[in-house]
Amino acid sequence: MTTISAPTPTRPWAASPKDRLRDLSLFLLAILGSYLVVAVTPMKGKLAYFTLFFAIYMSLTAGFQWFTRGSAAAKDAFVNSLVAIGAVVTVIPIGSIIATVVVKGIKGINFGIFTHDMSQAAPTDPLTSGGLLHAITGTVTLVALALVMSIPIGILTALYLTEIRGVFTRPIQFLVQAMSGVPSVVAGLFILSAILYPITHAYSAFMGSLALTILMIPTIARTSQEVLKLIPNDLREAGVALGGTQWRTVAMIVLPAARSGLITAIILGIARIAGETAPLLLLTGGGDTVNPNAFSGPIGSLPYYIWKSFNAGSPEALTRAWAGLLVLMVLVLILFTLARLLGTRKVAR
Amino acid sequence: MSTIAPERPIPAPRELTTEPRFSDKVFRAVVTAGGLSSLIILGLIAIFLGYRGFEILRSEGLNFLTSSDWSISTDDAGNVTESHFGIAAMLVGTILCSIVAVAIALPVSVFSALFMNFYAPGWLKKILIAIIDMMAAFPSILYGIWGFLVLMPSVEYWAKLLNHYFGWLPFFKLHPYVVTRSPFVAGVVLAIMIIPIITSVSREIFSQAPLDRIQAAYALGATRWAMIKAVVIPHGKSGVIGGAMLGLGRAMGETVAVYTVLNIVFQINWQVLLGAGGNVASLIILKFGEASPYEIKALMAAGLVLFLLTLIVNAIAELIVRTTGKSGR
Amino acid sequence: MNESHESEKENMETTTRPSSLADVANAKEQKVPGTRAMGTGLETRGIHAWFGNNHVLSDVNLDFAAGTVTALIGPSGCGKSTFIRTINRMHEFIPGAAMAGEVLLDGKDVYAPGTDVTKIRLQIGMVFQKPNPFPSMTIGENVLSGLKLSQQKVSNKDELLEECLERAGLWNEVKDRLGAHGGSLSGGQQQRLCIARALAVRPQVLLMDEPCSALDPGSTLRIEETIRHLSDTMTIIIVTHNMQQAARVSDYTAFFLSDGGPGQMIEASPTSEIFSRPRDKRTENYVTGRFG
Repeated sequence: MTTISAPTPTRPWAASPKDRLRDLSLFLLAILGSYLVVAVTPMKGKLAYFTLFFAIYMSLTAGFQWFTRGSAAAKDAFVNSLVAIGAVVTVIPIGSIIATVVVKGIKGINFGIFTHDMSQAAPTDPLTSGGLLHAITGTVTLVALALVMSIPIGILTALYLTEIRGVFTRPIQFLVQAMSGVPSVVAGLFILSAILYPITHAYSAFMGSLALTILMIPTIARTSQEVLKLIPNDLREAGVALGGTQWRTVAMIVLPAARSGLITAIILGIARIAGETAPLLLLTGGGDTVNPNAFSGPIGSLPYYIWKSFNAGSPEALTRAWAGLLVLMVLVLILFTLARLLGTRKVAR
Repeated sequence: MSTIAPERPIPAPRELTTEPRFSDKVFRAVVTAGGLSSLIILGLIAIFLGYRGFEILRSEGLNFLTSSDWSISTDDAGNVTESHFGIAAMLVGTILCSIVAVAIALPVSVFSALFMNFYAPGWLKKILIAIIDMMAAFPSILYGIWGFLVLMPSVEYWAKLLNHYFGWLPFFKLHPYVVTRSPFVAGVVLAIMIIPIITSVSREIFSQAPLDRIQAAYALGATRWAMIKAVVIPHGKSGVIGGAMLGLGRAMGETVAVYTVLNIVFQINWQVLLGAGGNVASLIILKFGEASPYEIKALMAAGLVLFLLTLIVNAIAELIVRTTGKSGR
Repeated sequence: MNESHESEKENMETTTRPSSLADVANAKEQKVPGTRAMGTGLETRGIHAWFGNNHVLSDVNLDFAAGTVTALIGPSGCGKSTFIRTINRMHEFIPGAAMAGEVLLDGKDVYAPGTDVTKIRLQIGMVFQKPNPFPSMTIGENVLSGLKLSQQKVSNKDELLEECLERAGLWNEVKDRLGAHGGSLSGGQQQRLCIARALAVRPQVLLMDEPCSALDPGSTLRIEETIRHLSDTMTIIIVTHNMQQAARVSDYTAFFLSDGGPGQMIEASPTSEIFSRPRDKRTENYVTGRFG
């Protein structure tokens, strides 16, 4: 009778405990080394620890590889540390930004700021008076108006690029890309010169949202285009083969199939403009009261409120600015998370 | 049903008369109109800014680009008696800040893109991509205020170090010794803002590096770095340059973040570390508040220059990225 | 000497092997054109097709009698799919496409100026290689989607739904979950759903472009049964790479071949004939598996 013992699966290529121990000890050695150097030399500060740690770690790992496996392996280890530094340096600012905004902004957050506007308060007043209700309602108004204009134009542009594919496809693809690089202040100046000065002569939410529309169209158009490209061509052919016109095929099959991706595109567009400041400084006038009329009178907004409080300079005003930044950041984070959640589905099955 | 037939001449292709339904004609017209909107908007921007700024551009001529004098005098009645508008210092400052930004952001972005594609485990890669996409979506006012209150003190300290140890290099010279709110500080803030852009373009290009060639390099005994040098870098080089140009364009047009951290002075300054800079976009915000209608025309002209500058940079970037995206397949 | 010996052996095999293609072709109910009254069928006259300057199909003349199943066989790249796409005018969707010749449906040229393309496609339905139910619609909506796409109104939607699913052989499997999404079905069920979808607009002709190539043998068999049933009421043209399938389902078979130039129709005969005594040497080589 022979029993066949089932072999246990192994991963001979994975790091062995010995390798891990070696890596860990090099790592600790680098930390220790950076402490020592800081202690005995005049170098000091976070920057010194940071650079010394990486310098020592890099030379330790590279040196170790040099002795055990030669120069090619040493170079490899060196680059290994280098790219890791790249990733760390990329992530540090975002960590710092989120931490700072949360720590400083939370002091300015209380229930009152969501129910009051600044009509009875100056930015330098104590935090108990006034609030950013007008800023929130203003930002909602601005974004809503911009959406009404940019969704159709953005999606039509994407449809032109994916469904019509006419003679202008290449130039328009190019122009949409160029449009995404238009500085926000230029968009503001354009509305100023083309509409506010010659026609309306007055600040309003509508003026601001026109500039935001210009900034939003390329984001929506490009993301929607990516999504529409993912819709298999089979579906379009099946629609037409069933006797559908192009219009009905697009409206009944292509767009519904791309629905969640298109919503992602719209959310990313909102995230792009929600914190846009420069054009609002030129076009909205930044009122301090809740303004329900989107087409006349100055209107406040979160970026404008932050800007105004920041420039007022007193500690209370700065806290207001941080609180405003916190609200804005949370808004952008929520939008962004939503977009990612929907975006992972992209096309419904 | 036999088909064995004498050789027949090949007829000319038939004229296909696909007459679309009326609804399709409307649909195609509407979509085409929507598609042309980008052309119309960009054209209108150029026309209107040019039209409003024309008076200034004509009276100043080339001086608008070459002089740095920005002054306006009015008589008691408020009429303009004498005016000089020149944005040379602003242009130099814009270019200086953006070059600093790209110089810092490019290596960091390339390294982190390499890390994400070839070094990081899958879960870490996913997290990093999410973080970097999120950074791109953060509003510029957030970077501006954070840069002013949190980052600036450290960056000024780095500037002093740079000047102390590398002052003998011409571009780290500092005279007079003023380091606050310098183009260097603005450049660092801008660098942080454009790192996500360059990183995601680079990551995209690197991930298109042909897998068979990567495996071939490994099969020849290459280390990871040797493989990257032999396969990934040649494949992605021009795409990364295109990404850097995109970042440059974004840095040039950035307004609020630069305005908060930069000391704007109407004097051409090429010293990166010196606390005196210029920036076309910030100039517009700076002067807009108290500008007379006449001065606003000058701001429009400055806006036109900025618009054209970013348009050219973006166009070049787009051309580079597009052509490499194609040849890469 | 040696050669003749071999061919003898082969002949013996073809006659004794029970599953030989000719036997398979003979095993089913044989149809004779003209026995059913369903229009006058479909004729193609001198069809050529181009992609840009690339001449891909040359001078195809084929008649499809009403109520028959015709299989198009041949190696990859010989223009079979292009040919059926010229029939319902899907060919023109490919940029740079051109064609010559006439496609006569009930004696009328579908390419005649002033023809409503969408009407043509309603009369000549199509089933694609990969099952492609519309992802945003339920099973029921998928079946009726053609009516909505072409803006037709019907009073008895439920009856039509049941009838089409029944004819596609899917009714029993899905009758309790018509509200589920099409994507929840298996590959074979999805393809039968696509057939039901094509049936709902009541086409005279159904084009099938390798409908089973993405499916497992079991599902393939179900679809072949469906095709045999459907052929009682409509004309079916099926492109296939599987000669067994051609033998099983078709009344007529046309063999396409490209010798490096444009694809040509080499031979068209009743299916039992093409597999037992092909007239053309090239056809014989192909159906006996000597190449392709």
